[in-house]
Amino acid sequence: MSDRLTVLKTYKLYVGGKFPRSESGRVYEVTDAKGRWLANAPLSSRKDARDAVVAARKAFGAWSGATAYNRGQVLYRVAEMLEGRRDQFVREVADAEGLSKSRSAAVVDATIDRWVWYAGWTDKIAQVVGGGNPVAGPFFNLSSPEPTGVVAVLAPQESSFLGLVSVLAPVIATGNTAVVVASEKSPLPALSLAEVLATSDVPGGVVNVLSGRTAEIATPLASHQDVNAIDLAGADEELAKDLEIAAADNLKRVLRPQPVDYAETPGIDRMTAFLETKTVWHPTGSLGASGSSY
Amino acid sequence: MASAFEYAPAPESRSVVDIAPSYGLFIDGEFTEAAGGKVFKTVSPSTEEVLSEIAQAGAEDVDRAVRAARGAFGKWSALPGSERAKYLFRIARIIQERSRELAVLETLDNGKPIKETRDADLPLVAAHFFYYAGWADKLGHAGFGADPQPLGVAGQVIPWNFPLLMLAWKIAPALATGNTVVLKPAETTPLSALFFADICRQAGLPKGVVNILPGYGDTGAALVAHPDVNKVAFTGSTAVGKEIARTVAGTRKKLTLELGGKGANIVFDDAPVDQAVEGIVNGIFFNQGQVCCAGSRLLVQESIQEELLESLKRRLSTLRLGDPLDKNTDIGAINSEEQLTRITSLVEQGEAEGAERWSPACELPESGYWFAPTLFTNVTQAHRIARDEIFGPVLSVLTFRTPDEAVAKANNTQYGLSAGIWTEKGSRILAVANKLRAGVVWSNTFNKFDPTSPFGGYKESGFGREGGRHGLEAYLDV
Repeated sequence: MSDRLTVLKTYKLYVGGKFPRSESGRVYEVTDAKGRWLANAPLSSRKDARDAVVAARKAFGAWSGATAYNRGQVLYRVAEMLEGRRDQFVREVADAEGLSKSRSAAVVDATIDRWVWYAGWTDKIAQVVGGGNPVAGPFFNLSSPEPTGVVAVLAPQESSFLGLVSVLAPVIATGNTAVVVASEKSPLPALSLAEVLATSDVPGGVVNVLSGRTAEIATPLASHQDVNAIDLAGADEELAKDLEIAAADNLKRVLRPQPVDYAETPGIDRMTAFLETKTVWHPTGSLGASGSSY
Repeated sequence: MASAFEYAPAPESRSVVDIAPSYGLFIDGEFTEAAGGKVFKTVSPSTEEVLSEIAQAGAEDVDRAVRAARGAFGKWSALPGSERAKYLFRIARIIQERSRELAVLETLDNGKPIKETRDADLPLVAAHFFYYAGWADKLGHAGFGADPQPLGVAGQVIPWNFPLLMLAWKIAPALATGNTVVLKPAETTPLSALFFADICRQAGLPKGVVNILPGYGDTGAALVAHPDVNKVAFTGSTAVGKEIARTVAGTRKKLTLELGGKGANIVFDDAPVDQAVEGIVNGIFFNQGQVCCAGSRLLVQESIQEELLESLKRRLSTLRLGDPLDKNTDIGAINSEEQLTRITSLVEQGEAEGAERWSPACELPESGYWFAPTLFTNVTQAHRIARDEIFGPVLSVLTFRTPDEAVAKANNTQYGLSAGIWTEKGSRILAVANKLRAGVVWSNTFNKFDPTSPFGGYKESGFGREGGRHGLEAYLDV
């Protein structure tokens, strides 16, 4: 090896398609599994959380209004970009989770495959969970799923990349926008994922990534009146309860933490947790004795 | 009420229903006194006549009922789905057989017109049981996995506006999926739920599968908080819904909430005016407007405001208010004194804030709780009568110029339960329906319900769906 000193990356937040530092100016030390220094990550404040919600709300109309096919293409593009950065993520995940190179490679491969899996879901979920309802009357009646809105996602603490993507992809596949709180201990794969998203075709604001103390960032998100739902995957039992109580204030949809094996192929429940069902009625008219009413 | 047509009284006979002077709690297949010996009276809102004295469940009774439901759960959930189905089919049929009796009972206890209980509530109640009966042995085909499991004991709290229909919405899917239930009816309308207990007896339903606990809010709170309840389903106010969400936080209880609304009924300039007027009237005066999905905000395109309001006022002048048992009655009584006070106070606030109040000439009966059909014009989005759920026969009229403005105004609410669209232009219906943040959108119709059609809200109107395949999810471990 040469004596060349490597160029280190300054890890930053990802909000509204931009890469700001925390408005608080704070950072915290991120180490690898053995305690060696890796980076100083931004220590997000509640103001950062609020800014991220504003960005997510602003992006919601266009993202939820895009065709499902288009969202599928965009998500597939993310998988393509991830593939190109595979070596970087293998290194980051190995450092973050204390995995061997080969174990880490397997995790990264599974993560990329998960993006592909969800990319394919965008234009199928409506047919699986929606449909026509045979009402007893002369009415056309159709139920369709729609995204809930802005979803706060507390990424899993241990599975810093596969877990992260497993909770984030289902949220945005269906047209929601997300404010993601990265794993507190291992935020670097999430912050690097933001760089991938920025260079894919994902519109700014659709995904916003914050690093820092989960409890500090999640608390203002759980009580935020313009957040529609929260995934508590990364919260411990005590924090999850507090956040669920705060979330009741505007009746956020809450996905409670549960044991998940992120290596397994997921079901559709992480998508349906953040979908609303809209049912539209219209008269069909009917042929009466005196002729047509349509 | 002043009307072009005079109608002779045509009261439905009360003799089809035999109301006992007192009722107990229904626990483990038996009627029993409340442990604390407390009772309360239920009155007919149209006359203030006391109909019966009802045992009032306390925390001890809640515990007893939950234990009964838990005791029954093992066997009930282990029954082949086809057997559970047959119990529910039996219940559906018995409801059909006794539907006139139940319609009269519901009208007496609730105050709503017999026309509605007879033609809307009761047929929908029977249909709901019939629909979910058929699901009981087909759950593996419902899209929730090959063998979805019931949750256990369901604690259910229902409102007074559609007492028996809300019971059906709660109990039918719960039983079809193999759960057992403890249900608390509203304190002003406990009777039809207690009659339902008798239907369970006639159907031979195993003891403890359905338990009925009349009581007030504290009974509901004890039920929701009971540690051995696995599932909580609530229909009622948004404030109570939030309290329940806080109560179940940090537990494994599955929760569905069907809460308040402030539905926008949007009328475009090309709408068929006569049909739209019928839809507006149905939207806000059906069940005296005591409907969570009521079209309580009329959004009318500015260019046709005058014409539409003139037709609407003319139509309101022909509504007949009075004896709910009379088959010609359109508008019945308000359910309770408490609700009447709430409506009155919000309407007074509407006037104080500068909106213009109008009602047709309308004579109110001397006893009972009554409120004349009321319409407000000059309403702005900031007015309380445009923001708060009034839950009464009160319509707030706002205007718009463009479809975008209509959508923005319709969505400018904490709620998201229902909306209506009136236009002859199909692409406009679809575009506007797409943009409305509401769980049910009625286009060129309003207030239609069906057991196959999922119902429930966006935003602070709650979460989860009742009805249809979607309605099974709330009671399955998925």
